Amino acid sequence: MTVAAVPMTVPRRDPWPLALLAALALGALPLVGSVSSWVTLSVAGLAMGMIVFIVASGLTLVFGLMDVLNFGHGVFIALGAFVATSVLAGLSDWTSPADLARNVAAIFVAMLAAMALAAAIGAAFERLLVRPAYGQHLKQILVTMGGMVIGEELIKVVWGPAPLPLPLPEALRGALVLGDAAVEKYRVFAVAVGLLVLAAMLYTLNRTKLGLLIRAGVQDREMVESLGYRVRTLFVGVFVAGSALAGLGGVLWGLYQQTVTAQIGAQVNVLIFIVVIVGGLGSTLGCLVGALLVGLLANYTGFLAPQLAVFSNIALMIGVLLWRPLGLYPVGRR
Amino acid sequence: MWRRLLSHDLPRSRALAALLLLIVLALALTPFVLPGARALNVAAKVLVFIVLVASYDLLLGYTGIVSFAHTMFFGIGAYGVAIASARLGPGWAAVGAGLGAALLASLALAALIGLASLRVRAIFFAMITLAVASAFQALASQWSAFTGGEDGLSFALPAALQPATLYLDEPLLGARVDGRLLSYAGLFGATLVLVLAMLRIVNSPFGSVLKAIRENDFRAEALGYRTVVYRTAANVIAALFATLAGAMLALWLRYNGPDTSLSFEIMLDVLLIVVIGGMGSLYGAVVGSVLFVLAQSYLQDLMRAAAGAAEGLPLLAALLSPDRWLLWLGVLFVLSVYHFPEGVVGRLRAPRRPRHDADRAPRPPGGSR
Amino acid sequence: MSAAPLLRLAGVHTHLGAFHILHGVDLEVPEGEVTVLLGRNGAGKTTTLRTIMGLTPASAGTISFDGQPLQARATPDIARLGLAYVPENMGIFGDLSVRENLLLAARGARRLEQIDAKRLDAIFVLFPALKTFWLHPAGTLSGGQKQMLAIARALVEPRRLLLVDEPSKGLAPAIVANLIGALRDLKATRTTLLLVEQNFAMARALGDGVAVIDDGRVVHRGRMAALADDAALQHRLLGLSLGGRA
Repeated sequence: MTVAAVPMTVPRRDPWPLALLAALALGALPLVGSVSSWVTLSVAGLAMGMIVFIVASGLTLVFGLMDVLNFGHGVFIALGAFVATSVLAGLSDWTSPADLARNVAAIFVAMLAAMALAAAIGAAFERLLVRPAYGQHLKQILVTMGGMVIGEELIKVVWGPAPLPLPLPEALRGALVLGDAAVEKYRVFAVAVGLLVLAAMLYTLNRTKLGLLIRAGVQDREMVESLGYRVRTLFVGVFVAGSALAGLGGVLWGLYQQTVTAQIGAQVNVLIFIVVIVGGLGSTLGCLVGALLVGLLANYTGFLAPQLAVFSNIALMIGVLLWRPLGLYPVGRR
Repeated sequence: MWRRLLSHDLPRSRALAALLLLIVLALALTPFVLPGARALNVAAKVLVFIVLVASYDLLLGYTGIVSFAHTMFFGIGAYGVAIASARLGPGWAAVGAGLGAALLASLALAALIGLASLRVRAIFFAMITLAVASAFQALASQWSAFTGGEDGLSFALPAALQPATLYLDEPLLGARVDGRLLSYAGLFGATLVLVLAMLRIVNSPFGSVLKAIRENDFRAEALGYRTVVYRTAANVIAALFATLAGAMLALWLRYNGPDTSLSFEIMLDVLLIVVIGGMGSLYGAVVGSVLFVLAQSYLQDLMRAAAGAAEGLPLLAALLSPDRWLLWLGVLFVLSVYHFPEGVVGRLRAPRRPRHDADRAPRPPGGSR
Repeated sequence: MSAAPLLRLAGVHTHLGAFHILHGVDLEVPEGEVTVLLGRNGAGKTTTLRTIMGLTPASAGTISFDGQPLQARATPDIARLGLAYVPENMGIFGDLSVRENLLLAARGARRLEQIDAKRLDAIFVLFPALKTFWLHPAGTLSGGQKQMLAIARALVEPRRLLLVDEPSKGLAPAIVANLIGALRDLKATRTTLLLVEQNFAMARALGDGVAVIDDGRVVHRGRMAALADDAALQHRLLGLSLGGRA
C-alpha cells in the first residue's frame, strides 16, 4: 500500500491546557504540606474529575454536534443514582460480603440498569422535548429545564421525596494505605472505571468511522450531510449515548456521595456546565481536562480553604475564559 | 392622561384592559374585601412577583438576554434589608442603609455580569449566570455569621409598619388600620410606581434599542449602537428593580432566608410566569403573576383534596400530592413554551400574525457562518 | 446533443429568510461535460449550488437529477444519489487529518484499506501534497493544498456530478494553474462538473457549456467557445472584456 511507505511528519498538539493541569496538581503540593495528604486529595480529585467527565462528555458532544443545549442533562444523573439504590438494595447478598468480585458485579449490574433506563428516557426526552426546539436556543434552554423539573418530580413520585442512602459494598469500603497516604478504595475504583470509559470513548472517537463522523459533525454539520451522512440520526444516537453515560455517572456519583436526593441532578448540572465551558463546547479532551481541573481544585480548596471552595469553580471558569474565551480546546472550523 | 401615564403602551385589547383594571382594583381592595391574613399574604406575594417578573421580562422579553442570576439580585435586596434591620436595629435608618447597600451591590454585580457578556456567547452567558447564582446561594447558606445561614434572619420592622401600631381606633371598611395595612399600602404603591417606571423605560428610545438588540444585535451594532453598553444597562436596570422587589418581600415577611429569595424554584417560577404571561410585555408579567400566585396558593388545596380522594391508587395519589406541585408546573411550562408562545397577553390581543419570526426555526445560513 | 441533461433546474426560486435570492433559475447540465456558471458577486451562484444540494431548500420550481426529483429531498439523500459538493469555503474539517478527511468522504469504507487503492493512487498522482501531509490536521495546509483536498474528497468514490464553487478563490496564479491542470485531468475522465467560477481564464480553459446568472436569473446559456470568441457578448454579460483564447 503506497500510503504506508511515505515518510510522514507527525503534527504537534497544543500542550498548554495539560500543562495547566500538571501545574495545578504540583502547585498544590507545597500548599498542602504533606505528600500523603496530597496523594489522598489528588486521588479524590481525580476520582471526582473522572466521574464528572463521564457525565459531562455526553453534553459537550450533543452541543458540539447539533448546537443543542440540554439544561436538563442532570436529570439522567439523578436517575442513575436512584436506579443504583434500588438495584444494590435488591442485590444485597452480593454487596454485603467483602467479596470484591461479587461487589463489583453488583455495581456493574446497577450500571447496566442505569444506562439502559437513562438511554430510554433520553430517547423520549429527545423526541418530545428537544426535537421540536431545534435551532431555537431560548426554547431549548427553557424546555430542557422544564424537562429536568418534571424528571426530578417523577423521581420523587417513584422513589419518594426523602433522601435515600446508597452505602458502598463491603469490599469497597475503607482505604488502602500507600506508605503514609490513605487512599479510599472506592475512589480508586471510580478512577479505574473512569479510565475504562475514557478508553472506550477515545477508541470510538478516534478509531472508528462513527467517531470520525461525530468529530467531523461537531465542526461542520452541513459538510457531513453533503458527504451523504444523516446527521440527524447520528445526533439522536449521540444524545441517547450521552444520557446513558450520565446515568452511569449517576451511579458512580451516588456511591461517591453515599446519599442520594432528587436534587443531585440540578447540583451536578451547574458543575458540568462549568466543566464544558472550561473545556470548550464540543471537545472531549477539553471536557476531560476541565473535569480533572474541577475535581482537583474542589478537593484542594476543600482542604486548604473550605469557605472558598464554593467559589473555586467560578474562579476557574472566569480565569480560563479570560485566557481562552471559547474554552481550553476551542472547536471550530479553520 | 392614561396614555401618558402608561407611556403610550396601551393594552390594545378590551379584554386585557378590563382584566388589568380588575386586577388593580382587586389588589387595592383586598384588605377590605377579603378578611384574614392568608388573603393579604397572597396579595402581597402577587405584588412582589409583579415587580420581580416585570424586571425579568425587561431582560428576557425585551432585550432577549437569558440570565439565571435574577434571583440573586432579588436575594440581595431581601438580605440587605434583613441584615441591616437585624444588625443595626429596626428602624427606617436601617432599612434605608440596607436598601442602599443592596442597590449598590446589585449595581456592581450586574455591571460585571453584563460586561462578561462581552467575551462570551449567549449560551455561555446563560450557563455562567446559573453557576454564579448557585454559588451565591451556597455562600448565603454558609456565611451564617452574616446572613443567618440556612435558618435565615428574622427582624423587626420600623415602628410605623408594625402590626401593633394602630392608626385609627375604628376599623375602616372592615379592616384594621394598623402598621400591617400601611405596609400593604406601601407595597401596592411601590408596585404601581415601579411598573409604571418600567413601562416608561421600555417605551423610551432606550427601550427601542433593547428591542432592536433582541431582534438582531449585529444589525444594531452596525447601526451604531454599542450593544455592550445597552446590554449592560439592561442587566443593571433589571437587577435594580429585582433588588427593590426583594426589599419589598423582606419588609412584608419580616424574615429572609436562602430558600425565601434565592432558591432555584423561584427562578423557575419567574420563568414560567414570563412565558405564560407573554414575553416582551409588562402586562404579561402582571397577568401572569396574578394567575400563578393564585394557582400556587389555592390549587394546592385542590390537589390535597384530590390526593385524598385517590387514596386507593398510590401512584395516582403520589402524582396528585400537593408537594408535587412542581411537577405540574413543569408540564405546564413545557406546554406553554411550545403551544402558547405569545402567552396570555398575546392571546388576548389575538388574532394577529406573530410579530416577528423569532418563534420559527431559522433556516441554516447561506455561505459561511 | 439530444441526450437528456444529467441535471436540470426549472423555474427554481430560493428564499433566505426574507430575501428572495433565486428568481426562477433554468439550467441544464449535460452529462460528461463541464458546465461553468458565471456571474457577479451576489448574483446567486453559490445559492444555486446550495439549492441543488438541498442545503437551502428551493421554495418553488423543480430540480431533477437523472430523472429523479431533488427539490424536496434531504441533503444526505441527495449526496447519496451521486452528487459531490465542494463549497466555497472548501468544507475541510480542520481538526481532522488529511487521511481522516478522505476516509470520511468514502461512504462505503469503514477503514482506509477499504477505499479503492487505484483511486487513492490516482488522487496522489494529481495532488502529491496530500501524501506528504497525510497525518497532519487539514487546517494546517495551505490554501491551495486545502482546495486540492476538497476536490480529492469528491474523487474518493465514483460520483456522477461534482458541484464546485469558486475553487480558484484566494489562490495565487501559480496554484490556480496547478488547479486547472488537475481539473483538466479530471475532465479527461468524462466526469460531469458544474463549476462556479469568477476567474474567466479558468472558466475558459475548462468549460464546455456556460450559463451566466444575474440577479437570481440565468440570462445567457450557450457554449463556452462561442462566449470566449465574442468580446462584445462578454462585455455585455459580465461587464468587462476578458481577452482572447487561453
